[in-house]
Amino acid sequence: MSDLLSIRNLVVEYPVGGGRHVHAVSDVTLSVKQGETLGLVGESGSGKSSLARALLQLPPAKAGAVVFDGKDLTQLRGQALRAMRPRLQMIFQDPIASLNPRRRVAEIIAEPLIVSGVSDAAERTRRVRAVMEAVGLDPDLVWNRRPHEFSGGQCQRIAIARALVLEPGLIVCDEPVSALDVSIRAQIVNLLEDMKARFGLTLLFIAHDLAVVKSVSDRVAVMYLGRLCEVADSDSLFATPAHPYTAALMAAIPVPDPDVPLGDTKLKPGDPPSPLDPPSGCRFRTRCPHAQPRCTEEVPPLRQIAPGREVACHFPLVG
Amino acid sequence: MSASAAKGAVVAATRPRRRWHWALALPLGWLLLVVFLAITADWIGLPDPSAQELILRRKPPSAEFLLGTDNLGRDMLSRVIYGARTSLIVGICAPILGFLIGGAIGMSAGYFRGKVDMLAVGFIDILLAFPSLVLALTFTAYLGQSLFNVTLALGILSIPAAARVARANTLAWANRDFVLAARTVGASDWRILTREILPNLLPPMFAFWLVAISVIIVAEGALSFLGLGIPAPQPSWGGMIADGREALDVAPYTALIPAAVMFATVLSLNFVGDMVRNMVDPRRSAL
Repeated sequence: MSDLLSIRNLVVEYPVGGGRHVHAVSDVTLSVKQGETLGLVGESGSGKSSLARALLQLPPAKAGAVVFDGKDLTQLRGQALRAMRPRLQMIFQDPIASLNPRRRVAEIIAEPLIVSGVSDAAERTRRVRAVMEAVGLDPDLVWNRRPHEFSGGQCQRIAIARALVLEPGLIVCDEPVSALDVSIRAQIVNLLEDMKARFGLTLLFIAHDLAVVKSVSDRVAVMYLGRLCEVADSDSLFATPAHPYTAALMAAIPVPDPDVPLGDTKLKPGDPPSPLDPPSGCRFRTRCPHAQPRCTEEVPPLRQIAPGREVACHFPLVG
Repeated sequence: MSASAAKGAVVAATRPRRRWHWALALPLGWLLLVVFLAITADWIGLPDPSAQELILRRKPPSAEFLLGTDNLGRDMLSRVIYGARTSLIVGICAPILGFLIGGAIGMSAGYFRGKVDMLAVGFIDILLAFPSLVLALTFTAYLGQSLFNVTLALGILSIPAAARVARANTLAWANRDFVLAARTVGASDWRILTREILPNLLPPMFAFWLVAISVIIVAEGALSFLGLGIPAPQPSWGGMIADGREALDVAPYTALIPAAVMFATVLSLNFVGDMVRNMVDPRRSAL
């Protein structure tokens, strides 16, 4: 399968005053294949959302390329970029904040159609009704209501309908279920899977809930402090993590049995370093149980250790 | 669970009721009465507010002159009602003017940030640094006294406040995910400003506009009191208070009656404005 999206050497930095920058994403190279679901995991502040926003050019990254379907989005400006936008859509973490409280559900879902120039009102109505039914909303019931009249799960359905109505190629799901009730999560995850099959979508699925990521992803990329640690297909990543950080994440997954003791992540105690001043060499070295002097001096490049398996570590646990 | 199975679970919460407080009835009733009389003043058989009857000057309220007569023997009731017309025209139109200009400035500043923001905030600060009444005085003294010029001067004075309210609210809304979502579908800045942000700005701006009306009515009164407001003989509340000042010792009601009417109107506007502001509190509407 060919790459629908490839991100090359992407750098995202935010100025924080005093000439200092937050290094949110540093030199990330990653590709997403046509029709797959790529899971992107990492703890808070690891740069997952920054990466997502940068690839949608909201705002554009500081350096690097984002090639979508053969076009480098970072080189597009104004009208040319706006014309590409409908093909990449996003679903946000907070479904309520992602819907305008003053507009009606039908308007919210029809807005992308108006913006992209579907001027026939009957055609818009038909397509809005179709997509509402696809995501499990009853058009007659929800048509004239406003977002605050719905629960978080229902709002997320509305947001998914809005993302789908333009029939995009890629949907970036930025923690789409983190803000939802546990009982609703499975519904929304299954809905996304259904929609992916039905509309032939490619998904970039960002989450910190490893169980969710495992269930939806074909491949998984692990981020730590703005850098990629490991990219592998979902099964081998969860079975045999190659990067010490991935291994620590796996060990931290709680087992739903009170008699099972908490897993030992073997991490050195302490907090993740500040992204304002990341450690030299490997960014994980300050907490890594296998850190060597070499890790301080050399940034480990992302290298292939097996077919379809890349890791950024001098001393990988596998291969 | 599949999407179709969840379809039956669509339950929309009931619309929250916005309750009218009973205490709102009095100020609202007063405002309606003032507006109604101001509009229908020509048709309710009032004597000419400019007709002078010097023999009947400074008469206290009686059956013939319900609110008495002023220094020149003009009917006070008629003048108060026609004065309401003037005060309301200025009070309503001037903030609209200021809100259109100030709102546009504030929205651009809060949305585009950066240089636009710096320029806008600088402009607002310069406007604020002028003593407002002196600015209005200069304006009407230079351009001439007329209803239009007074409205224009007071409208310009309300730009900074409107711009600040618009900017603060735009800042709060412009970073919400739904604005980002509009951008991901390729909406232009103009469309985001008018379709996503503006609808959220209108309720707080409307509440603030109600309060601005009362401020402008008082400001117009002050201008008239200083002799640079609406030119005579057209009645306005401020001008009537200024006229009545001459006879405060012999006929205090000539100043006190328009003052009381203005007081009641401004107080009512503030009550209603506060109530509306509570109803559209962004913290509640954010839900």
